[in-house]
Amino acid sequence: MTATVGKKKRDYSLVGESTRKAIETGLASAEWYHTDVSRKEMKQLMQRSDGPAMRDTIIWFAAIIGSAAGGIYFWGSWWCVPFFFVYGVLYGSSSDSRWHEGGHGTAFRTRWMNDVIYQIASFMLMRNPTTWRWSHARHHTDTIIVGRDAEIAVMRPPDLIRLVLNFVGIIDVWYSLIALGRNALGIVSPDEKSYIPETEQHKVVTAGRIHIAIYIATLAAAFYLRSWLPLMLIGLPRMYGCWHMVMTGLLQHIGLADNVTDHRLNTRTVYMNPVSRFIYWNMNYHVEHHMFPMVPYHALPKLHEMIKHDLPVANPSIWHAYREVWPVILRQLRNEDDFLKRELPPTAKPYREEFHAVNMANAAE
Amino acid sequence: MSEWVEACSEGDVETEDVIRFDHGGRTFAIYRSPDDEFFATDGFCTHEKMHLADGLVMDDIIECPKHNGRFNYKTGEAKGAPVCINLKTYPVKVEAGKVMIQLD
Repeated sequence: MTATVGKKKRDYSLVGESTRKAIETGLASAEWYHTDVSRKEMKQLMQRSDGPAMRDTIIWFAAIIGSAAGGIYFWGSWWCVPFFFVYGVLYGSSSDSRWHEGGHGTAFRTRWMNDVIYQIASFMLMRNPTTWRWSHARHHTDTIIVGRDAEIAVMRPPDLIRLVLNFVGIIDVWYSLIALGRNALGIVSPDEKSYIPETEQHKVVTAGRIHIAIYIATLAAAFYLRSWLPLMLIGLPRMYGCWHMVMTGLLQHIGLADNVTDHRLNTRTVYMNPVSRFIYWNMNYHVEHHMFPMVPYHALPKLHEMIKHDLPVANPSIWHAYREVWPVILRQLRNEDDFLKRELPPTAKPYREEFHAVNMANAAE
Repeated sequence: MSEWVEACSEGDVETEDVIRFDHGGRTFAIYRSPDDEFFATDGFCTHEKMHLADGLVMDDIIECPKHNGRFNYKTGEAKGAPVCINLKTYPVKVEAGKVMIQLD
């Protein structure tokens, strides 16, 4: 691997040196590589329908209510554990994919349905719905561009302790509550201001106040009842149930290239079991999602079949993906420029590498 | 000074779809609504420089292909985040099977 003697560390602030450099070099708001798909085929894939998301949402709500009811009924005995295990994953993990699809407006054809699920899921995740709508727009414009992307989950060099603690949400929840509290007090940070238009910033404050008010009411209920039960139902599942979200979400970009304009280099598609795909709403087809964000979650498997000839071979399992990336993470501790460059099939067009030819020397294949 | 410019033939745009039209260093989007009326707007999304012609037409809405920002393509109205600025629209007429747009 190439040494990085004398090289500056990455600056992940959204208003710092990396930001300036990304804008200057044309990495910010760049034109990205897309696999060729005919307009006719893309139009079919983009078509919206309320059916699949309504079916999945009815199952989702039924499972949430059922597992919560079981947890409440058996509260005080060990029998509540499996119910809260299921409830936690539904609340703390599957809400992420509902937040995501609702935010894109692709889950349902009917706009208000997307908005309702987006607001509910944002609350479950302790995410300010306005802040995160804009941060996610930026994530799609400048995916893993240092200094621009507000949603880089694993910065370099990787912080392994933080990584592990996030499987139980400890650090995330702490920072999320601080951010919501700050917003509730009427404060929007400089980073947030860098991607949220001024006309939208009042919504950040309103949402922060609503979220914090609900958490205060939940805490008050817990004190009044002298019971942890209200917190087991609201708030804590974001910690005890987020492991699946972190397990699947980390794989989206971890260990892959940064500062590139080809999603095949910085994004990963992983085949997953049907339960994880229900929880994750097919976001395991992540290269496909980033290339074509207009395609609803239920059409991603079809899109994958159409364009996989042009993509690195998908990891066959979650386990396989982690086994592949773990050595890269360890190497990044010593050399933060190290990353994994996944091999393309012979049928694919070559990688688009013009912005990062120098860094390619650090790639492991 | 405004001028009428031929953008395409009627048959070039499918019903409930959009195509791109470039003219004079500018880019436009030409729409055909579900009831076969034609409309025209600026070609780029007002949020970021993405071609709306790659997006999805649903009823009277055009959705941007990158961030899913939505506009009413008949009025240009931005329908909410991440689009906050309305889209410029242009008068359209159809003559002898040709779709004409009036540019300023």
